[in-house]
Amino acid sequence: MRIPILKLHDYLLISVQVELDDQTALQFQEDVLAKIHEEGSRGVVIDLTSVEMIDSFIAKVLGDVVDMSNLMGAKVVLTGIQPAVAITLIDMGIALDEVPTALDLEQGLERLQLELEG
Amino acid sequence: MQVQTHVDINSEWGIVAARQAGRKLAREIGFGSVDQARITTAISELARNIYLYANQGQIKIEEVADSGKRGMKIIASDEGPGIKDVRRVMEDGFTTSGGLGAGLPGVKRLMDEFIIDSEMDEGTIITAIKWLR
Ligand SMILES: Nc1ncnc2c1ncn2[C@@H]1O[C@H](COP(=O)(O)OP(=O)(O)OP(=O)(O)O)[C@@H](O)[C@H]1O
Ligand SMILES: [Mg+2]
Repeated sequence: MRIPILKLHDYLLISVQVELDDQTALQFQEDVLAKIHEEGSRGVVIDLTSVEMIDSFIAKVLGDVVDMSNLMGAKVVLTGIQPAVAITLIDMGIALDEVPTALDLEQGLERLQLELEG
Repeated sequence: MQVQTHVDINSEWGIVAARQAGRKLAREIGFGSVDQARITTAISELARNIYLYANQGQIKIEEVADSGKRGMKIIASDEGPGIKDVRRVMEDGFTTSGGLGAGLPGVKRLMDEFIIDSEMDEGTIITAIKWLR
């Protein structure tokens, strides 16, 4: 299963709509980095509205995507994290506190614009 | 009659199957969305540990009742290498696989009761319960 990555000007937009098994998560990591490289993207929004569970493995993959993208020169914003998912992550002691977040895709794009211009 | 299901863990697909079965039972028992996410996440952590460290094993989930309380019990069992130092693996950040080391301490916080029973070269049985509030 592959997660579709859309291109919008200098940005990549990704909405995760599938159950994230380990293989899909790792493939996703690889695909995002390849696409950043291919398109010369400056920013990436990953929307997690449909994701009902983030465990430590998926959290690590997401955190790594953010770090790796930063290394490549692209900023990543995570959006749409569900309340139950946020509570569970904090219970787990996974704060993802270095990771820029926003409420939804639209605000994610605004946040990217601010980060890149400011 | 109380519902009981088990899922064999011997591939990554087993991890997905276990958490889907877990979410379904948690919903049927009447847990709200936050506790459903907690229970599903706990199952995912335990199932992945089985797959990663013991190659194979089983996740059993069941409804439990005890003096008027109702809840859901998860039993994760394997016949893998066992855990040498149970105190150590409960420390946040302890990992032997380059993970976050958040799994077991996380499960303990997500659930209400948590017991590790492990014997070197025999295997590991982890039991966790979440009570319905
Ligand atoms: N079923 C098991 N059998 C043998 N050893 C285990 C088992 N489960 C966990 N362990 C050991 O306990 C350590 C801690 O497990 P824990 O789930 O907390 O973190 P992790 O799996 O290393 O990383 P994370 O879960 O954050 O991805 C593991 O690194 C492993 O050495
Ligand atoms: Mg683990």
